[in-house]
Amino acid sequence: MANQQPTSGNPKVDLEYRRRKNSEEMRYQVITFSLMIFLTLIAFAAVGFSDFSGWFIVPFIILLAVIQVIFQLYYFMHMSHKGHEAPQLFLYSGVLVGALTLLAFMTIVWW
Amino acid sequence: MSTYAQKKGAGAVIWDFLTTVDHKKIAILYLIAGGFFFIVGGLEAMFIRIQLAIPDNNFVSAGVYNEILTMHGTTMIFLAAMPLVFAFMNAVMPLQIGARDVAFPFLNSLGFWLFFFGGVFLNLSWFLGGAPDAGWTSYASLSLASEGHGIDFYVLGLQISGAGTLIGGINFLVTIINMRAPGMTYMRMPLFTWSTFVVSALILFAFPPLTIGLFLMMFDRMFGANFFDHTMGGNTVIWEHFFWIFGHPEVYILILPAFGIFSEIFATFSRKRLFGYSSMVFATVLIGFLGFMVWAHHMFTTGLGPIANAIFAVATMAIAVPTGIKIFNWLFTMWGGSIKFTTPMLYAIAFIPSFVAGGVTGVMLASAAADYQYHDTYFVVAHFHYVIVGGVVFGLLAGTHFYWPKMFGTMLNEFLGKISFWLFLIGFHLTFFIQHFLGLMGMPRRIFTFLPDQGFETGNLISTIGAFFMAISVIVLLINIIMTSVKNEKVGNDPWGDGRTLEWALPSPPPFYNFKQLPLVRGLDAYWLEKMEGKKGMTPAEPLGDIHMPNNSFIPFVISLGLFIAAFGAMYRAEHSWGLPVLIAGMLVTLLSMLVRSVKDDHGYHIHKEDLIDDNDKGVKA
Repeated sequence: MANQQPTSGNPKVDLEYRRRKNSEEMRYQVITFSLMIFLTLIAFAAVGFSDFSGWFIVPFIILLAVIQVIFQLYYFMHMSHKGHEAPQLFLYSGVLVGALTLLAFMTIVWW
Repeated sequence: MSTYAQKKGAGAVIWDFLTTVDHKKIAILYLIAGGFFFIVGGLEAMFIRIQLAIPDNNFVSAGVYNEILTMHGTTMIFLAAMPLVFAFMNAVMPLQIGARDVAFPFLNSLGFWLFFFGGVFLNLSWFLGGAPDAGWTSYASLSLASEGHGIDFYVLGLQISGAGTLIGGINFLVTIINMRAPGMTYMRMPLFTWSTFVVSALILFAFPPLTIGLFLMMFDRMFGANFFDHTMGGNTVIWEHFFWIFGHPEVYILILPAFGIFSEIFATFSRKRLFGYSSMVFATVLIGFLGFMVWAHHMFTTGLGPIANAIFAVATMAIAVPTGIKIFNWLFTMWGGSIKFTTPMLYAIAFIPSFVAGGVTGVMLASAAADYQYHDTYFVVAHFHYVIVGGVVFGLLAGTHFYWPKMFGTMLNEFLGKISFWLFLIGFHLTFFIQHFLGLMGMPRRIFTFLPDQGFETGNLISTIGAFFMAISVIVLLINIIMTSVKNEKVGNDPWGDGRTLEWALPSPPPFYNFKQLPLVRGLDAYWLEKMEGKKGMTPAEPLGDIHMPNNSFIPFVISLGLFIAAFGAMYRAEHSWGLPVLIAGMLVTLLSMLVRSVKDDHGYHIHKEDLIDDNDKGVKA
């Protein structure tokens, strides 16, 4: 659309602010990335040490997976930023519908 | 590219429609294709009623009856109601939010062609060895036992057309979130746009379960899997869950746009602001939300147990609350309004008692204990025809009359419109009201004939007579459409004289770029607001500038054609040696055309400012 301002070459963009914001963003990404690798190692360790029972390991790994998904969405896919209300709404509705389906299948299909 | 005003040959027109990415033309394609399948499904309905008119009838054989019955349901839901709903969404929604097109015009076209080829594939089953015959729900224990290729046509055809629907739904969501005109906040969106928004979200969440269910069925039938075969450790009830997790939201996907159309019609012809706008929005969202919590009420008698049955019964009854909010809001919109009884308004008024009757039987069926009595009788048939015909079909017919001038620039004849309305209303109640009692007397659904002297003769004969009234009504509507198109008397921006929303501020039909300048929206019922202040049109929100437009493309047609070919290969793979090569060739056509689309940049073109300037148009010099 000819009437919209393109973002590049816009004199109003504060480059200094952008640079600071980007490096802060980068720091968060590195931190969460190392945390995610750490969580993966814990998951492997939980299976590797056979002392734990399956009743502990399975929910534990699922919990780690949930944390990883949250990291992925909020830090790598920028859902922590403003202006992501609509994607959040739809993601959470999707999670709700999916969880409901799973719940129903676990309780009333495979009885 | 100002070719739209020139006279073109038939070939050029056909090529234009095959390649178009314009939402208004895609709407017309949806209307024509949906209308065609509506006629096909209607003929199947007539065959059903003729067969059941008298006891011990042999108009069709039992096997053919099963096929007709299955194809009637499948065609009406997937190939008639869905595309007709999509036709109005495509035609009206972008205009109502003040957008120049949908967010992804290419995908819009792809969605249509996928639906179209899926529908054609499904109906080709009639000529290629028999149609599907396990009911539109195609329960696994029945459909896995079905011989021939009928069910394969069902699975593959719905898979292809379902992908098209999903694409369309996502497209509408993005359009409504991102492309509203300046000032068009969420709470200023017309109710039809709101229902499009909620429906698209339902499509986004409801169609994946159908896709999964169909995939499992496809592998069970064509590739030797055993997901639903209990002798091999599968579970046949899984299909029922998947189908209804999709199927229940699906009926809301159909009815909510009808609610949206009626909301526009009530406000327009009562010449009043819609009563309780914000509660209408709330009710629409709530119906969409609750629609996912109730699917198991279709399965009360499968043996889910009393706790599950009770939960789903209560959840189902809860839906009556937001629906009631809507009914009362419509009544209060008319209350004290200056009502004009046009054809769309007649449909809207007749819709209220008809739909409420269907809702009341819905609550009766929702009582799980009582449902054991009603289950699989004509009572259920009467219930869902009261909500689907009394709600969705009335809405679509009302929408056809209401939006016809906006889509084609001509007014349908009001006299013929009213004749077809009265014929349809009388025929509808004649056909389906008596079926409640047939059901309560014990007539089971999906039977191809019944015995004499069991008390079913009169009721069935009345029902068949009613069906003929509806058929005549549709013929009158077709005559009306042909007459109007032949006369071709063009009308202005606001042919009903009481238009409230943005689409009525545009010429009928709108130019291919919709808005020369995006309008400034200052409140709910944006166009009405301007008219009440004595203005002729909308205030522009931007200076006149170049408009960026997408290029036409033939690729969506080719992608869909590839899947259509591949479906034949997948089906005949086991018994013919050419099956596998055809499957691969079809997939290659699809994948290669997708590759072409990805690799070749298509930046569209601009309509230049100079071409838009027209001295008769006062808005241009601003």
